[in-house]
Amino acid sequence: MAAAAERDPVPAIEAEAGRRFSAGFRCSLPVLALLAIGFAAPLLTVVGFSFVEPRSFSLWSEPSLANYRTIVEQTYYRSFLWSLFFAAVTVVLLAVICYPVAYGLARIFGRWSNLVTLLFVLPLFIPEIGRIYGWVLFFIKGGVLLGGVKALTGIELTSILFTPPMIIFGMVYVYLPFMLFPMTLGLSMVPREVTEAAFDLGASRWQVFREVELPLAMPGIVIGALLTFVLGVGAIVEAKVLGGQSVIPITHDIEIAFTYAQNWPLGAALSVLLMLVVGVLVLAVLKRFDLDRILGRR
Amino acid sequence: MGAQRGRWVTPLIAAWTAAICLFLYMPVVAAALASLSQSRYFTFPVVRWSTTWWGKTFASIQIRELIETSFTIALAVTAISVALAFFGALAFARYRWRGRSLYQRLVLLPIFFPQSVLGLALLLWFNALGLPLSWQTAVFAHLVWIVPVATLVIAIQVYSFDPALEEAAADLGASRWQVLKEVTLPVLWPGIFSGALFSFLLSWGNFPLSLFTTGADSTVPEYLYAKMIAGYTPGVPVLGTLSTLGAAVLLLGGYGLITVIRRARGA
Repeated sequence: MAAAAERDPVPAIEAEAGRRFSAGFRCSLPVLALLAIGFAAPLLTVVGFSFVEPRSFSLWSEPSLANYRTIVEQTYYRSFLWSLFFAAVTVVLLAVICYPVAYGLARIFGRWSNLVTLLFVLPLFIPEIGRIYGWVLFFIKGGVLLGGVKALTGIELTSILFTPPMIIFGMVYVYLPFMLFPMTLGLSMVPREVTEAAFDLGASRWQVFREVELPLAMPGIVIGALLTFVLGVGAIVEAKVLGGQSVIPITHDIEIAFTYAQNWPLGAALSVLLMLVVGVLVLAVLKRFDLDRILGRR
Repeated sequence: MGAQRGRWVTPLIAAWTAAICLFLYMPVVAAALASLSQSRYFTFPVVRWSTTWWGKTFASIQIRELIETSFTIALAVTAISVALAFFGALAFARYRWRGRSLYQRLVLLPIFFPQSVLGLALLLWFNALGLPLSWQTAVFAHLVWIVPVATLVIAIQVYSFDPALEEAAADLGASRWQVLKEVTLPVLWPGIFSGALFSFLLSWGNFPLSLFTTGADSTVPEYLYAKMIAGYTPGVPVLGTLSTLGAAVLLLGGYGLITVIRRARGA
């Protein structure tokens, strides 16, 4: 603590009245309070609800393990596997799709990269729903794609809308920026001199990629992958709108339990399992990174 | 030598980036086309163009109410989240303190969390507290997710902030409040502005949190979703396109403003 006080560069302000808590701690309080009542407490409520009698609407009903028993006995594991599968495929596809763009943003585009970044940021702010629906209009029978093909060639194709691959397509589309920006951040952390030196020592393009760029950019890539995976596991609109409910992911099961089935405790138990999967993954990955280095490179 | 090596790489990457960009905007274009077509059900190529549906949308009282609700929520979220995130960002990046590393990870948790599950959790929590759902509860729900994002956005600016400036001002006799008003705020201003822009737009477009927490009040994304599941009218693409245009104007206008002010300051 003494070292911290020494490094704090505002002695005149800090010394004032010899406060008991550091300035950093005091500044963090509003956010911490919000997280306590808006994040921690709701999650605890969910955990509490998962342990009461099925179909009850109060936290103070009979405690019970029936919800977890139902989940094990029925086929909910399928929904879990679908969700994890979709999210994993999305992450892999996005890594491949985004790498060249991130490389361009970090290395090649120079003064154009601000404009390109803006173009990639903008869709983030258009309601996700609207964009997904745009794809329905694009792919639907008589829509932009099939109608266009028919007008040009006279061939009538069947629409690929409402099939499982469309769900992955939608997820890749929606979560692209969440992979792209952390990846760009990661790639711009690779010092140019290091790649230059590798080339000068006779490394091929492939070797530089495999042995220099990829390992050094890894923090950014892993953060991007984690973010897209978590968002992908939580995705709900893509499967409902683009997938036409051909596959039921776990988020959809949860929503059904809360709405049509009116079985909050069951939905809560499913949410708890999903939270466990996501939580373990996120904590394991975040623990390993120095956030100051990733965010504060400028 | 460097140029020789990458001769074929640069155009290839530029072409790929352009293709991805096109891909990002394709559904926006499709929605715009649908909104300008006269027929009740969208067919392509468009047979008859018209702005009928735009007129009908503007005239609708229900849609005006939706936009008002969304706008009110987004404004409230922006004001509160910027205030909280400003101090949150100082704690994140400016000060060295015990527990900072733990705090940084805590702030990230809501971002790395499925939003639909967070929405449900908040629904159960409001229910347990006996709070009736309305646009106010939705504001709170949005804050849980948006404050951490705004904190990160502002923190990136704070990292590049030189604390010696504050020290100098204090040495010259400025009070704590003067230091904040005359030094810290002006220097961090671009980051705060970005944080506000992000807060507004993310709240405006949010669906998973609103779905579970608005109660009887409805936002634009919720309406779009309901209409998509049942009861399509060309009013849906009109409203979607309208949202898009609004976001574009706000974002481009905002960053245009920042650029102009930076140039003026630099000159």
